Amino acid sequence: MAGISLQGIRHSYLPNPAAPDDWAIKRLSLEAGDGSAYALLGPSGCGKTTMLNIISGLLRPTEGQIFFDGLDVTEATPESRNIAQVFQFPVIYDTMTVFDNLAFPLRNRRVSEPDVKRRVHEIADMLELAGMLRQRASGLTADGKQKISLGRGLVRSDVNVIMFDEPLTVIDPHLKWELRSKLKELHHKIGRTMIYVTHDQTEALTFADRVVVMNEGEIVQIGTPVELFERPNHTFVGHFIGSPGMNVLPCEVADGKARFAGVPVDSTNAAAYRGDGGRLELGVRPEFVRFTETGIPVEVVKILDAGRYRIVEASHAGHPIKMLISEDKPIPANGIHVSFDADRTRLYRDGWMVE
Amino acid sequence: MRKSVNQKAWWFVVPVVVLVAFNAIIPLMTVVNYSVQESFGGNQFFWSGMRWFEEVLRAERFHSALLRQSMFTGAILVIEVPLGLAIALSMPRKGPWVSVCLVLMALPLLIPWNVVGAMWNIMALPDIGLLGRGMNALGFEYNYTREPIAAWFTILLMDVWHWTSLVTLLCYAGLVSIPDPYYQAAKIDGARPWAVFRFIQLPKLKYVLTIAILLRFMDSFMIYTEVVVVTGGGPGSSTTFLSIDLVKTALGQFDLGPAAAMSLIYFLIILLFSWLFYTLMMRNEAR
Repeated sequence: MAGISLQGIRHSYLPNPAAPDDWAIKRLSLEAGDGSAYALLGPSGCGKTTMLNIISGLLRPTEGQIFFDGLDVTEATPESRNIAQVFQFPVIYDTMTVFDNLAFPLRNRRVSEPDVKRRVHEIADMLELAGMLRQRASGLTADGKQKISLGRGLVRSDVNVIMFDEPLTVIDPHLKWELRSKLKELHHKIGRTMIYVTHDQTEALTFADRVVVMNEGEIVQIGTPVELFERPNHTFVGHFIGSPGMNVLPCEVADGKARFAGVPVDSTNAAAYRGDGGRLELGVRPEFVRFTETGIPVEVVKILDAGRYRIVEASHAGHPIKMLISEDKPIPANGIHVSFDADRTRLYRDGWMVE
Repeated sequence: MRKSVNQKAWWFVVPVVVLVAFNAIIPLMTVVNYSVQESFGGNQFFWSGMRWFEEVLRAERFHSALLRQSMFTGAILVIEVPLGLAIALSMPRKGPWVSVCLVLMALPLLIPWNVVGAMWNIMALPDIGLLGRGMNALGFEYNYTREPIAAWFTILLMDVWHWTSLVTLLCYAGLVSIPDPYYQAAKIDGARPWAVFRFIQLPKLKYVLTIAILLRFMDSFMIYTEVVVVTGGGPGSSTTFLSIDLVKTALGQFDLGPAAAMSLIYFLIILLFSWLFYTLMMRNEAR
């Protein structure tokens, strides 16, 4: 087990990176506490798999250092870093039985056979693989195979960190939920540091204690799932997390008060704006927009029924505003106005929250 | 729902049936025809039943040709498969050298059989050939037109030169198709290079190796042109393999009946071995 610290990591796949776009990881520092569950969340191509490979030692960063429990491991091989990784597609040794698959990392490290046996049975029980230890691994279903690759990480009692690279991609939807809660349960039981890479917000938010949101090779925000939802640091986080994403509306600020297309709007942080220019936007989640008697005049463009609630797309002066309305609340017919919850509405300057 | 029956669809199958008939069934049946009859000049045929088959199967000459053939094919497989695999494993996976290596490896495969034979014939000549003179200069008694061992050595070397590339290219294609995470997982699991080969590469190469062995088995069992050009089956009959013996029987002695029976036995041996080998290799996959 170990706390992980990344300091000033930059990485480029090109030999001589020059332009900002040449960097897969632009500049990044991260502290992950011992025994915590982190998720790296971001769209495809944001550099999260690169990050993972840098932590596991499969890639050497162009610049920067990695510490495990204060020890510099930047130059260390994956084997000596003592990590485990579960890949997107299940990696198993086809010709071996489930038992031999799980025993493989131990046998490579010359662990005595009685210990191997004890450890493999322990892990197999934990992963519900005990009944199939004698089977050939190639005959298992995708979720069974993925459990084996996880098990190969768990058998070593001294593993520093277990990393997951979108491990549920090939799993059937109805098993995804099951495997995900299994992972969460395992994390509580064994308390290892875990890092989980995904582009699926549900996976990230349900698995992790803390979520690292990445975009274009940079960390945009690190926070608990609640923080990311309630207090997005950047319009990207607001938009990427939540379904539908946060409304981002252009605005202007005068005398510490924001105006959206001429209508004054209360927000938590407009007063903090120092009048130093930049692109100004208001962010408010669809959950915190409601119909009111007065406020921003809108017309309803379309209504999507999503079960317990409806997603209403309204429009004011050509700007779409999404809102969530629970199914028992009526949608007024004409003279419609909406307003935003003031304590959930935030001002963003060039994408970043004004502080 | 009722299926409509339309016999006109058979017309679509006719071209294939005609093609297969002309290139496989009719020639084969002609051979079957010869194998059960005795033929005389003026197109006279007499029924002879299984006599030619019995005669061929009892003949000392057939036995020794079959033995030579099996030894040759065995040697070819033992040398070419591991060598081809080893070359494929040591070829680069990325970079500019990949295409250089691929072209170099593919080169022998592009040369026609008789040209390969002629090249090696000249190269192995003891008086002017590079190989022949070199061997003699090194102190070996090397003359492939007189010494059976020298003749075998030359033919084996020629075949290894000509066909190892096939095994290499097939294995290489198999190797590059193994996804990176397998190697990464092995690294993380602390696997040594031997374990990577034994538990990742070899299992993933199973299909291509099966195909490579089958192709090399069938091809080397049927070898004819190169050997005829280099040694003509000699010295004596030391390199008279089944195909050469067959041609001698059929066209040299004009014994069409025994030659036809021999062809069929020859064909059945190849078919049986290929089937057995394939079934054994694939028996685990069916489960």
